[in-house]
Amino acid sequence: MATTLTNKDFKSDQEVRWCPGCGDYAILNSVQNVFPKLGIPREKFVVVSGIGCASRFPYYMDTYGFHTIHGRAPAVATGVKMANPELSVWVVSGDGDALSIGGNHLIHAMRRNVDIKVLMFNNRIYGLTKGQASPASELGKKTKSTPMGSADAPFNPLAIALGANARFVARSVDIMAGHLRVVLEAAARHKGSAFVEIFQNCNIFNDKAFDAWTEKDVRDDRMVSLDPGEPIVFGKEKNRGIALDCLEPKVVSFDGDVPDEVLRWDPSRTDPTLSFMMAHLDDRPNFPLPIGIFRQVDEPTYEQRVHEQIETAQSKRGKGDLQGLLASGNTWVV
Amino acid sequence: MGTADSGTMKDPSTKTELPSVVIRLAGDSGDGMQLTGTQFTTSTALSGHDLATLPDFPAEIRAPAGTMNGVSGYQIQFAGTDVHTPGDSPDVLVAMNPAALRANVGDLVRNALVLVNVDSFKPKDLAKAGYENNPLEDGSLSGYRVIEVELTRLTRQAVDDLGLDTRSADRCKNFFALGMMFWLFERPMEPTEKWLREKFANRELILEANLRALKAGWAYCEATEVFAERYVVPRAAAEPGTYRNISGNTATALGLLAAAERSDLQLFYGSYPITPASDVLHEVAKYKEFGAVSFQAEDEISAVAAAIGASYAGSLGTTCTSGPGMALKAEAMGLATMVELPLVVCNIQRGGPSTGLPTKTEQADLLQSLFGRPSETPTPVVAAATPSDCFAMAYEAARIAVRSMTPVIFLSDGYLANGAEPWRIPNVEDLPDIPVPQPNPENFLPYLREPETLARPWARPGTPGMEHRVGGLEKEDGTGNVSYTAENHERMVHLRAEKIQKIADYIPEQSVDGPDSGELLVVGWGSTYGAITGAVEHARREGLSVSHAHIRYLNPFPKNLGDVLSSYRKVLIPEMNLGQLALLLRGMYGIETESFTKVQGKPFTEAEVFTKIREMAS
Ligand code: SF4
Repeated sequence: MATTLTNKDFKSDQEVRWCPGCGDYAILNSVQNVFPKLGIPREKFVVVSGIGCASRFPYYMDTYGFHTIHGRAPAVATGVKMANPELSVWVVSGDGDALSIGGNHLIHAMRRNVDIKVLMFNNRIYGLTKGQASPASELGKKTKSTPMGSADAPFNPLAIALGANARFVARSVDIMAGHLRVVLEAAARHKGSAFVEIFQNCNIFNDKAFDAWTEKDVRDDRMVSLDPGEPIVFGKEKNRGIALDCLEPKVVSFDGDVPDEVLRWDPSRTDPTLSFMMAHLDDRPNFPLPIGIFRQVDEPTYEQRVHEQIETAQSKRGKGDLQGLLASGNTWVV
Repeated sequence: MGTADSGTMKDPSTKTELPSVVIRLAGDSGDGMQLTGTQFTTSTALSGHDLATLPDFPAEIRAPAGTMNGVSGYQIQFAGTDVHTPGDSPDVLVAMNPAALRANVGDLVRNALVLVNVDSFKPKDLAKAGYENNPLEDGSLSGYRVIEVELTRLTRQAVDDLGLDTRSADRCKNFFALGMMFWLFERPMEPTEKWLREKFANRELILEANLRALKAGWAYCEATEVFAERYVVPRAAAEPGTYRNISGNTATALGLLAAAERSDLQLFYGSYPITPASDVLHEVAKYKEFGAVSFQAEDEISAVAAAIGASYAGSLGTTCTSGPGMALKAEAMGLATMVELPLVVCNIQRGGPSTGLPTKTEQADLLQSLFGRPSETPTPVVAAATPSDCFAMAYEAARIAVRSMTPVIFLSDGYLANGAEPWRIPNVEDLPDIPVPQPNPENFLPYLREPETLARPWARPGTPGMEHRVGGLEKEDGTGNVSYTAENHERMVHLRAEKIQKIADYIPEQSVDGPDSGELLVVGWGSTYGAITGAVEHARREGLSVSHAHIRYLNPFPKNLGDVLSSYRKVLIPEMNLGQLALLLRGMYGIETESFTKVQGKPFTEAEVFTKIREMAS
């Protein structure tokens, strides 16, 4: 059955109700195109969400789905995955849901290495509650809740995920369907916690938030894709690359072949130092903003470890005998 | 008589028979009094006595040594049969230091036996305890039989040639005291010896030291006539069966596991450490060979959220906490109500509000359990009456959760959690069946209800053809699709309420101990059971006509409860809160009640309840 699935099999009968022009449509489309390719039967997908515009996502997927409460999706998903490790468990969240009210659950799911895929749609605003600053909104941003500009500095979502030791960390963009699908497929095939930040345009409350990087005519110069095994090069002419100057990154320009000093990207390093550097690369003036796969490290997952303990206990002590357990310890007969 | 086949000499002293005995062991929290108490309890249980225990430890793990704040106590009452509480007033106090004496002496019966470690009554010890004069010398203890023992010196002597440092040697003195108590009440020492051998299997020196201290305590009594007499508490025949001693928290964990086993579900237990609930987590974490999954979450919200996720995936999701954690779980419990998934939330109540009295008991979360969530969120509530009843009621909570597809709150409290009593071990096959609502593959809709219970089907992810979405938004009746229509919302609010009310169709009716109508009915719930039962028995011995109804199903109430209540002229409700059950019963049944309350972090004594009964019945 799995081999014959198409994107139609993942479209539910519910009318999709995001604002016309919202970036969520494109992401939904990409996910519905990637799921059939994974060789996983449809009934094994579970999509869990929190609260926010993005969190309507499960209703539109014809899989098992659970629209939970604000911020708690990673915790619910952890329970789902621990109860049945056979399931492919996805969390759809937004920047407010994942980084603000749900920050604690996010970091703990990541550090435990629960095999769940967290897709964080980042529109740098609260959409569903109609336009307040989010923990991803830039400093000084004017919103309804910050009329004189936001006074609190934003999170760097990828740095949070890396700091929490997420084993798979990536970023893509709603309108870059090809890139997004590659990233989603890599996340799906990775075994362990995955965090994918997806730039998502909220055309109602924060329109064009990412245009300065993602518009077609600038994106080659202003963004760089981190592709495993490939040199980190960018520019319309593919004539610039990222190299290291001691502990600092530098941009090198070149003609023809890529010089050796340009970093060849290896996301599988357990030490996350370079991944952090990439997550902060665009903090520096005139550096491109990286997208792609920042980290991809294999390690046994939490649910594997939990169920291995159960198997060990059962092989050592045999399957539990309830009557025996009730009567354990000191007993006496009357 | 359970006694001394411990290879000791024949006992020369006189023996006095007592119907029941209350002993309190008190010392610094570092003195190992809880351990000593547990050992005495095990030995007493194995002697075939009925018993009840109450540990009482300070909130600080290590308050300054020798101070009143650092006093840790353990109380046990044992008798031939029908022990309902750990006892109102101790007959025997073991005080390891002046603070332990000062903190407890006021609770003792007149002429109580007081054993003190005289080595710890130096001026600086007395000062720490706030004594200006030495109570052993100033005559203030003249109403008691004080036994002064050089516990520290004698213990050091007993382990002298082992080459232990003084600190390690002194740590054995609780076993010296235990040996003395074993002698005094003719308890067998073997269970403790066995326990020590297991516990210190790899630490031979410590094992030997403790064994020596224990035996030296016994021998000291045997040789010195420090006590004028020994005590014998006759046993009476209990219901035949195999018994063990069990604490409320262990019983809770076993109840949840038993329900999972009997319903063929995997037990998922999500929890965040909190006093006095953590022992349930420690217990469930041991059940790995049963396939039970224990999850120590990052916080209370995650603990319940993960349990809901596990239930969604087909496990029996459970979580356990105390007051502060209940507040945090409220939103997620609303979600479980909306998505109609089984969930057991155990609340081991403690003194509050806020951090309150973490190690002390209270039953003030009843109204929170019934109403402490936004909107119309009907939630079944059950409560255990005794430590061993935690097994039965945790099992019931799970049975209701699964059968009716709903979150259920199980209430225990610090007194039940840490208290222990003998438990007749049930036969697993005799436990009630737990029917699991199955989806019908021919006609599956996520919110199509079983007519009898109104439970929706439990279609687990992984089942082909039943892919569906659930969530916190209002559901359309039947399809479970999101619906904002006015009529549907009203219908669903009523349906959710009716589903909970229908639980009354399959829970037992309210039973009454005593005449089924008359002058006075004492109504209780939760851990007041022991004190009320003892008080009611006392009142009957005095010729008063009084009945006792103990409510274990608090939402919905048993169907006949209204009739029961209206069969008596007066209804007395003792509660460790400001009258929460009384408020409920007045509201639901329009009856007059007399509320009798105590909120001291301590359970009622039998005497307190008895006095109130006598006042009302005459
Ligand atoms: S408010 Fe913004 S994020 Fe929400 S649906 Fe509309 S466009 Fe999309």
